[in-house]
Amino acid sequence: MSQVGVDEWVARAEERRERRGGPLGRAEAAWDALPPVARLVLFAALVASVPFITDSDFVIRVGVNTLLLGMLALGLNIVVGWAGLLDLGYIAFYGFGAYSYALLASDQIDVHLSSWLAILIVVVASALLGLLLGLPSRRLIGDYLAIVTLFFGQIFVEVVVNLDRVTLPGSDSPIDITGGPNGIPGVDPIVLLGFEFLTPTDYFYLTLGVLVVLIAALYLVDNSRTGRAWRAIREDPLAASLMTMPVKRLKLLAFVCGAAVAGLAGTIFAALQIGVFPRNFETPFLILIYAAVILGGAGSIKGMLAGAAVVGISFELLRQPSDASWIFYGGVLLALVVTVRPWRVLAAVLAATAALGLALHALLAAVWPEAVAGAPRADWALSGAIDNWMALPADPKAAGNWAFVALIGVVLWLTQASRRTRLLVLPLLLYLGSFVWENRLLLDPSVTRLLMVGAILIVVMSLRPAGLFGAKRIEVM
Amino acid sequence: MDFFVQQLVNGLTLGSVYALLALGYSIVYGILKLLNFAHGEVYMMGAFAGYFVLIGLGGPASPAVPVALVLVLMFLAGALSAGLLGVAIERFAYRPLRDAPRIAPLITALGMSFFLQSTALLLFGADVRSMDTSAMISPSTGIHVGPLDISLVRILVIVSAALLMVALMLFVGRTKLGKAMRAVAYDREAAEMMGVDVNRTIVAAFFIGSILAGVAGVMVGLVFDRVWHLMGFTAGLKAFTAAVIGGIGNIPGAMLGGLLIGLAEAFSAGYISSTFQNLIVFGLLILVMLVRPSGLLGTPALEKV
Repeated sequence: MSQVGVDEWVARAEERRERRGGPLGRAEAAWDALPPVARLVLFAALVASVPFITDSDFVIRVGVNTLLLGMLALGLNIVVGWAGLLDLGYIAFYGFGAYSYALLASDQIDVHLSSWLAILIVVVASALLGLLLGLPSRRLIGDYLAIVTLFFGQIFVEVVVNLDRVTLPGSDSPIDITGGPNGIPGVDPIVLLGFEFLTPTDYFYLTLGVLVVLIAALYLVDNSRTGRAWRAIREDPLAASLMTMPVKRLKLLAFVCGAAVAGLAGTIFAALQIGVFPRNFETPFLILIYAAVILGGAGSIKGMLAGAAVVGISFELLRQPSDASWIFYGGVLLALVVTVRPWRVLAAVLAATAALGLALHALLAAVWPEAVAGAPRADWALSGAIDNWMALPADPKAAGNWAFVALIGVVLWLTQASRRTRLLVLPLLLYLGSFVWENRLLLDPSVTRLLMVGAILIVVMSLRPAGLFGAKRIEVM
Repeated sequence: MDFFVQQLVNGLTLGSVYALLALGYSIVYGILKLLNFAHGEVYMMGAFAGYFVLIGLGGPASPAVPVALVLVLMFLAGALSAGLLGVAIERFAYRPLRDAPRIAPLITALGMSFFLQSTALLLFGADVRSMDTSAMISPSTGIHVGPLDISLVRILVIVSAALLMVALMLFVGRTKLGKAMRAVAYDREAAEMMGVDVNRTIVAAFFIGSILAGVAGVMVGLVFDRVWHLMGFTAGLKAFTAAVIGGIGNIPGAMLGGLLIGLAEAFSAGYISSTFQNLIVFGLLILVMLVRPSGLLGTPALEKV
C-alpha cells in the first residue's frame, strides 16, 4: 500500500527498522506514538517540576548542568549524528561562546551590552568561527576534520590562557584580554524582557526554555529537506552528490549550526557561573559530551536527552562516595538483570558472588587479618554488609592498582570466552570489580569519573554502536 | 650562531621523537585508514615502562648494572610493553569495528585515548616523574667543538631514531611481511584474495608502530626528564600533524613531517616565543591543508567508488 509517487522500498523503510522487545520496547513505542507536541510538553513539564519537588541547591545545579549538557549534545548531534562529521573541537565553540559573552558583558574591557544584543553577537560569531575552521579542512573529510578540530580545541585553551599579556603594535603596556589562567570573573547576568536571571533556579528555567525551543527547531529540521540531506551525506556522500546535493555546503552548514548551538550554551554557562575559566573548556568535558551523544545514540533527539541525563547526572553524583556507591552497585545490578537470563541463573550468580565474598572474608580474617583491617570508604545503606563481605586492606592503594589491571585483563579475556565460561567466571569478576571499586576507585572519585566517561565510549561502541535510542542502520538491499 | 646551532640540535632531537611517533600513525593509517588517537597514550605508557625499569634497577644515581645495560633494558621494556599494548588495543577495541562506519572506530579511539590517560592517572598518580638522566650520563660527555654543544643523550636519541627509521624502511621494502603490509594498504580485499593474512598484517603494523612509540617515549623521558600521564596527548596530536604534513600513509613523509615539526617548534621557541609553539604547528597544518592537502610527499588521493 505504497503512496503514489513514493518508492516502495522507501515507504516501507520503517518496517525494516529493528524494534526493541520487552517492557522497555513497549514503553518506547508508546512514547513514539504520542504526537510530537505532546511529547515535548510532557518532557518540559516533567523537567520543570524538579524545582518544585526539591529546593536543594545541589540538585538544581546538577539539573542546570545536565540541561546544558543536553543542549551541547543536541548541537553536537547535528554535526556527528546527522551529518556524520567528527568535530573534536566542539568544546572550543562552547568556550568561545562563553568567553565572548563574558567580554561583551563584564568589566573586563568595560563593555556591558544588553543581553539580546550580546547573545546575538555571540551566536553569530560562534557560527562564523565554525565556518572559518571548517573551510580549510580538506573538503571536510572525516579524519582531516577530526585532527584539525581536535588541534583547534587544544589551541583554544592555550590561547585563552596566554591572552592576558598581549602587546598591541603601537602601545607599550601589555593588555589583558582573557584574564589568563584566572579567567574573567563578574560576568553580568542575562536580562530578558525585563527579568533578571540571578539564581540557579532562574537559569534552570532559562536553559529549559532554550532547550525546548531547540528541540522543537531540531525536530522540524530533522524532518526537513536539509535534515534528510544531512543523513544522506552521512550514509553515502558520493551517492548524495550524484543526487545533486551540495555535499560540501551541507557539511559546512551542519558544522556551523553545531557551533552556533555551542556558542549559545556557552553564553548561558558564562552567565550562570558568573565567570569563565580556561579549565572549564578542557578535553575531559568534550569527552563527556561525546559520551552523552554516543550513549544516547547519535542521530536521535530523545537519545541525546537521555544520554545527557544519564551521563550528566551520574558524572555529578560520582563526586560523593555514598552516591557513587549507589550508582556503581545499582548499575552493576541493572546490567546483570538486563543481560543474564533466565532469573534462576541470575539468582545463582548473585548467591555465588555473595558466598564467594563471605568465604574469602572469613578465610582472610583467619590467616591474614591485615587484608580485612580497613573500613568501607563510603558511608551508605550497605556499608555494614560490605565490611563483612569485601576484603578491605588497611592500605588499599597498591592492591587496588594491581586488581584494576587484573580486572581489565579478565574482562578482555571474557570477551573472547564462551557463554558457559563467562557465567562460571562471572561471580569472580563481580567480586574483583567490587574489590577494585571499594579499594581503589572510591579513593579517587575525580579519576573514577574520567575513567567512566572513557569506558562509556569504548563499551557502547563495541556492544551497541547505535546507543540507547540511535537508529540501527537499515540494511540496503 | 651558537644559539642557532643549539636550536637546530633541539629541533633535531624533538623531530626524531615526532618522526618515530608519526611513523606509527602513518603505518596504521595507511593500512586501516584509522586515526589511532590512542597512539600518544601508547607512547606515554612506554615512557612509564622505561621509567619503572630504571627505578627497579636502582635508580639513575646508583644503577645495579652498567649504564649501557640499563639503557638497553629501558628501551626494551618501553618497546615491548608499548608493542603489546598496541596489539591489545587493536585486538579488543578496533578489530570488532573493522567493518563499521568510519566514525565508529574513531570514537572508540578517542575513548581509548582518554581511558588510558585516566588509567595512568589512577595507577601512577598525577606527579611528573623525572628520570634524572644527568645523574646517570654526565651532561658534559658528548661533542663540544666550538659552537657545537651536543650532549651524549641527544646524540643517542638522534642516532638510534635514524637507525630505527632505516630499519623500518628496510623492513617495509625488503621483507615478505613488509610487502604484505604495502599490499594491504593498497587494497585490503585484493590482498586477502591473494592469500595475505590480513589480520596478521594489521597486528604487525600495530606492533611495529607501537614499538616505535614506546622507544620514542623512553627517549623523551631521557632527554626532557618529564614522564607523566598527559605527555601523550599533545605529542600524539603533533605527531599526527607531522604525518599529515608529510603525507599520511607515506613513510618517508612521516619522517620529513616529524623533523619539520620538531625544527619549527624549536626555532619558534628560540626566536619567537615558547607560549605559542602549538599555535605555530597548527598554522603549519592549516597551511599544508590549504596549499597541498595530500601532504608534502603524498600523492593526491583518488576517491574510490
